[in-house]
Amino acid sequence: MIFEGLADKLQGAFDKLKSKGKLSEKDVKAAMREVKLALLEADVNFKVVKKFIKKIEKRAVGEEVLGSLTPAQQVIKIVNEELTDLMGGSQSKITFASNPPTVIMMAGLQGAGKTTTVGKLAKLLKKEGKNPLLVAGDIYRPAAIKQLQVLGERVEQPVFTMGDKQSPVDIAKAAISNAESNGNDVVIIDTAGRLHIDEELMDELKDIKKEVKPHEILLVVDSMTGQDAVNVAQSFDEALGVDGVILTKLDGDARGGAALSISSVTNKPIKFGGFGEKLDDLKPFHPDRMASRILGMGDVLTLIEKAEEQIDAQKAKELEEKLRRQEFTLEDFLDQMNQVRNMGPLEEVLGMIPGVGKQLKNINMDEKELDKIQALISSMTIEERRNPEMINGSRRRRIAKGSGTKVQDVNRLLKQFKQTRKMMKQMGQMQKGLGGKGGLKGKFKLPFM
Amino acid sequence: MLKKIFGLGRKKKKKEELVDEQVVQVVEEIKEIEEDLGEKKEEVEVEEKIEEKVGEKAEQKLNEVEEKEEKVGFFSRLKKGLSKTRKGFVSQVEDLFSRFSSIDDELYEELEEILIQADVGVNTTMKLVDDLRDKAQEEKIKEPSDLTNIFREQLIELLNQEEEEEEDKPTILMVVGVNGAGKTTTIGKIGQKFKAADKKVLLGAGDTFRAAAIDQLKVWSSRVGIDIISHQEGADAAAVAYDAVQAAKSREVDLLIVDTAGRLHTQSNLMEELKKVRRVIDREAGDMRVEVLLVLDATTGQNAISQAKLFNEAVNVDGIALTKLDGTAKGGVVIAIKEELGIPIKLIGVGEGAEDLQDFEPESFINALFDGEE
Repeated sequence: MIFEGLADKLQGAFDKLKSKGKLSEKDVKAAMREVKLALLEADVNFKVVKKFIKKIEKRAVGEEVLGSLTPAQQVIKIVNEELTDLMGGSQSKITFASNPPTVIMMAGLQGAGKTTTVGKLAKLLKKEGKNPLLVAGDIYRPAAIKQLQVLGERVEQPVFTMGDKQSPVDIAKAAISNAESNGNDVVIIDTAGRLHIDEELMDELKDIKKEVKPHEILLVVDSMTGQDAVNVAQSFDEALGVDGVILTKLDGDARGGAALSISSVTNKPIKFGGFGEKLDDLKPFHPDRMASRILGMGDVLTLIEKAEEQIDAQKAKELEEKLRRQEFTLEDFLDQMNQVRNMGPLEEVLGMIPGVGKQLKNINMDEKELDKIQALISSMTIEERRNPEMINGSRRRRIAKGSGTKVQDVNRLLKQFKQTRKMMKQMGQMQKGLGGKGGLKGKFKLPFM
Repeated sequence: MLKKIFGLGRKKKKKEELVDEQVVQVVEEIKEIEEDLGEKKEEVEVEEKIEEKVGEKAEQKLNEVEEKEEKVGFFSRLKKGLSKTRKGFVSQVEDLFSRFSSIDDELYEELEEILIQADVGVNTTMKLVDDLRDKAQEEKIKEPSDLTNIFREQLIELLNQEEEEEEDKPTILMVVGVNGAGKTTTIGKIGQKFKAADKKVLLGAGDTFRAAAIDQLKVWSSRVGIDIISHQEGADAAAVAYDAVQAAKSREVDLLIVDTAGRLHTQSNLMEELKKVRRVIDREAGDMRVEVLLVLDATTGQNAISQAKLFNEAVNVDGIALTKLDGTAKGGVVIAIKEELGIPIKLIGVGEGAEDLQDFEPESFINALFDGEE
C-alpha cells in the first residue's frame, strides 16, 4: 500500500539505464508503464489511462525527453502538464445570472456529500457578498431536511422547506419565487442522493431542471470514488448536462484519480473541492495541484500558501539572522514550533511535502509530544530559555514539576535541542558556502522535526 | 443471518462485574433521557409525521421481509439487486476465456484489465494473475476455457472465511466508517432485520457530530419500532456509548448497535475519539460480545484499502459491510482488502429495502463481479 511518489519510481526506472547514455524508445515505454500504474493506483479510470498514456507517449518519445539529461523530470513534467490540461487548465468559477437569482442545483450519488456541500457553498458565496437561499429538496433521506436547517443556522442563511410531502419539483419552483420576494440573489437546491441508473429518480432531476432552469448544475462526487466514477459522471451529464463538478472529502488520503476520469469523459471543469469537516473547508479547485496529488508528488503549492499565511515574515528574518550568528535559543524553538502548528495538524502539513507524504503518513505524529515540549519550555524562565546551559539539576526538577513532566523529559528536550543547534550550525555554514540563497529556504527550517 | 452478525468475530473474554451504583445511575439517566424525549414535542411531532407516512408501508415491508426470508432464496435476491444494469449473465471473464484459442500473454493482460476495472487494484490484480499463470503452468493447462473454473475457485477461496460456530449471545455492534458510506442506513436495516426476527434491539446514536445525524437514526428507530439512546448534538460520543451499553445490559437486549460519526481515517484526533468509544464499550460490555463493523461504499476505489487498514488499526475491525452494490460499481477493492489485510466481508447492501442487506456469499459476489456490462 505504501506508494512511493511517481517521481521516485521513474527515477528508479531511469537510473537503471544511466550507463547506456541516451534513452531509447523502449526505455520510455518502460517509464510509461510506471506512469500507467501510478494512475491506476490513484483510481483513474482504466480507459482514461489508456488514452492518456498514448498521448503522453507521443510527446515523451520525441526529442523533448530523449535528448534531455534529466529524463525522469522531463517525463513528470509532461505528465503533469497533460494532467493539468485535462482537468481544465486553470480553475473556473460559478457563473452568476445577469438577472438574479442565480439558481444552483446539486446532484450526485448517496453519501457523496451534497447536503454538507450546500452548506459550505452557501458560506463561500456569503463571503463573496451573496445572499443565498438554501432549498431542502431531499425529501427521501430521513432527517435530510433537518440537516440542511442546522447547516443554514450555522451559516446564518435562510433555508426553504416544504416538508417531505411535496414533490421536489414543486419545492424548487416555490423556492425561487420565495427567493425573488425575499431578495436572495442565489438559490442553492439540495437534492436527494440517487443512483445514476435509477431512471425514476433521474427523471425527477430532469423535471426540476425543466421547471426551474438552473444556471449551474453541479455534480458532487466523492474523491475516493474508484473506476465507477466515469459511469456516474457520464450518466448524470447525459441526463442533466452538468456544468461543473465539486470533489468532496479531499482531506483524506485518496489520490483522487476520479477527478481526472470525470474531466476526461465529461469535459466539465472541477470547480470546488471539499477539504475538511468545517464549513469553511470548501475551496476553489486547482487542477495543477490535483495533478501533483494524483501523481503522489505532494501539494507543495498549498503548503507554501499555508506557510505564507501563518509564518510571520519578520520573525522568519530574525530567525535567519540568529541562525547565522548561531544564537538560536529555546525561545525561538518554541516560537517556530507554534508557527508550524498554526498551519494545521502536523500530519496534514507533512503530508503535503513531496516524497514525505505517504511514508510519513504511517508514522503517528504525536501531537501530544509537541504539547509536552511546549509545556516544558513554557515552564522555563526567559533566562533559561535563552541560555539552556544554565539549567542545572534543581532547575530541571523545578521545570519538570512546573510542566507536569519528569526530569527525564527535561533532559531529553535539552539533549535534542543541543543536537538541533549543532545541526543548524552545520547547515548555516553550508548555506554560507552556497551563497545563502535565503527566501523560502530560510523559512522552511523546522528544527524540531 | 442472525448467527452471522453475532459471529462477527472476537469473543469477549473478560467478565466484569456490574456495579450497583452504575445501574442506579443508568436508570436515572435513562429516565432523564426519556423525559427529555417527552419534552421535545417538536421531535415527537416529526416522528409522528414520519410514522404516519411510513407506518403502513413499513409494516407491509416487514411482512414482505419475513415472507421473503422464508421463500425466496438469497441468490435470487442478490441477482435481482445486482442485475439491474446488467443484461444477461454472460460473464466477462468466461467470455474472455472462451474468446481465446490459446493461453498467452494477451489473455492474461485482458484479465488484468477486467480486474482493474472492477477496482481490484494493481497490486492484487498482479498477484492474482501471476498465481493463475503459475497454476496453469503447473497443471499443464492448454485450453483457456479450463482456466475459468480455476480462477473462480482461486477467488472464492480467497474470499471464503471459516464460520466459527459461536454461541448465540448478546452482542454490541459498533459501526464505523468514513463520511457518507451508509452507516446510519445500514444500522437501520440491521435493526429492522433483527426486529423482524423477534430480537430485542437497541440503538445508540453515537454520531453526535453531523448535523441531524441523531434525528436520522431516530427516524429509523421509530420506523422500525426499536428503542434508541441518544444525547444532544455535540455530546461526547463515548458518553453516549456508555449510556447505551448500560441500557442494553439492564434492558437485556439481544443486540445493541452503536452508531459513530463518519470520519476520514486520516484524521488522527477523530480516530483517537473512536478508540475511546471502543475502550468504553469494551470496559462496560460485561457479558456482551463486542464487534466492529466497517461500512464501506462499493463505489470507493483503492482508498478503501487505506480506510480498512487505519480503522482496523484503531478499533480492530471484525467485518465489512459493503454498501451501494446496486449501482454499477463492483466493489472489487474488497478482494484487495481481504488479500492484504485479511478482513472478511460480512454483509452487502444491494438496494434500499431492509431485505436488500444480505449476507455476503463469495460465489455470487464473484459471479456478479465479472458480469459484463453490455
